[in-house]
Amino acid sequence: MGALAHYLEDEGLPTVQISLIREHTEKIKPPRALWVPFELGRPLGVPSDAAFQTEVLRSTLALLEAPSGPVLTDFPQDAPSASDAPVVLACPVNFPAPVKDVTDTERLQQTFQNEITELHSWYDLAVAQRGRTTAIVSGLSPHAIGTFIGEFLNGNIPDSPRDDLPALAVLKLAVEDLKAYYCEAISAQPGQQHATSTALTDWFWCHTTAGQILFRLQERGKHKDDSAWQLFSKLLLVPRAYQAASPY
Amino acid sequence: MARLDQMETHDASALRDMPCPEFPSQPWVEGSPLSQRRIAIISTAGLHRSDDRPFSIPSAAAPGMAADYRIIPSQCTANDLAMSHVSTNFDRTGFQQDWNVVFPLDRLRELAEKGEIGSLADFHYSFMGAATPTDLEPSARRLAPLLKQDHVDGVLLVPV
Repeated sequence: MGALAHYLEDEGLPTVQISLIREHTEKIKPPRALWVPFELGRPLGVPSDAAFQTEVLRSTLALLEAPSGPVLTDFPQDAPSASDAPVVLACPVNFPAPVKDVTDTERLQQTFQNEITELHSWYDLAVAQRGRTTAIVSGLSPHAIGTFIGEFLNGNIPDSPRDDLPALAVLKLAVEDLKAYYCEAISAQPGQQHATSTALTDWFWCHTTAGQILFRLQERGKHKDDSAWQLFSKLLLVPRAYQAASPY
Repeated sequence: MARLDQMETHDASALRDMPCPEFPSQPWVEGSPLSQRRIAIISTAGLHRSDDRPFSIPSAAAPGMAADYRIIPSQCTANDLAMSHVSTNFDRTGFQQDWNVVFPLDRLRELAEKGEIGSLADFHYSFMGAATPTDLEPSARRLAPLLKQDHVDGVLLVPV
């Protein structure tokens, strides 16, 4: 982000940036930056809080009128806490517990498809409530995503379902769509509207069959004799913070 | 919480060890008062219109991270905006709830309506922030004249 500021300012354009990692901004020294103490992925602090977002935006844009620089200042407030919100239970969805015998690929995949089906009504409700969904990038339906991932688990490299992208690229998009489908769906359930990002992510990776499936996919990919697959498996599939949760 | 000392150990180490470019010069461009500025958002969240190309992942033929950008017209709505950033290490549930937490176009429009900024640019842009920062230079320098043709005199850079 700071590098972009240097290049654009060098081309004659005044820039100002939000900084999420202060240590990086201290090294890169962009012309104007506001460091915010927010979670990665939430540069404006908190969703659905227009007043707080506007406060962050005003503080950032005000730096465009700074008399000299480089300027790096700190936003003085943390994002509003979600501590008053209902706590997400370990497994609030009413479907069978994830398959423990993860060597049984067929049963794992059947449970996975059942889980997708169980969540479908909640997902539809979430889309209606929010008026949008972010699970749209791969172009595949949730069940088609389940089937597509299943092909890879069975050791096949299926034909790409899209003309414009190879199968591995579609798989990456499909995995992100799958996570979005699950998190959007569960957020529509009673008491879960204010679930924290950590609760949602813990639930997905530690308490769903989808999480188990992706850990298994990661294990399969690590042993492929292909650098793109190995990169995908090691870096682009499971978050760093959940690598140790893999049963493999 | 994006404080390295409060992060999960693996995340903090990866971010602390991430190489950052250093720049020998310190460019600085003055401008008019904020209430007269025309503002464009440039995000690094890997955003694009839902019918536009997703950002690519590395392949044998193209092993680097995508360093190109996507165009987001000012009329874009939350329904039309998708994310295909390759990283798995940041929260996406906030964006799922409200696009403004990543791409504050509604908030910026409100500030324009109140006269706190001059206007919104016709076009905004997104890169994909997993690219090596210095790899963004050619695209950024090609983007600069387009921003000027849009009469932008304030670029709001938003990371993810």
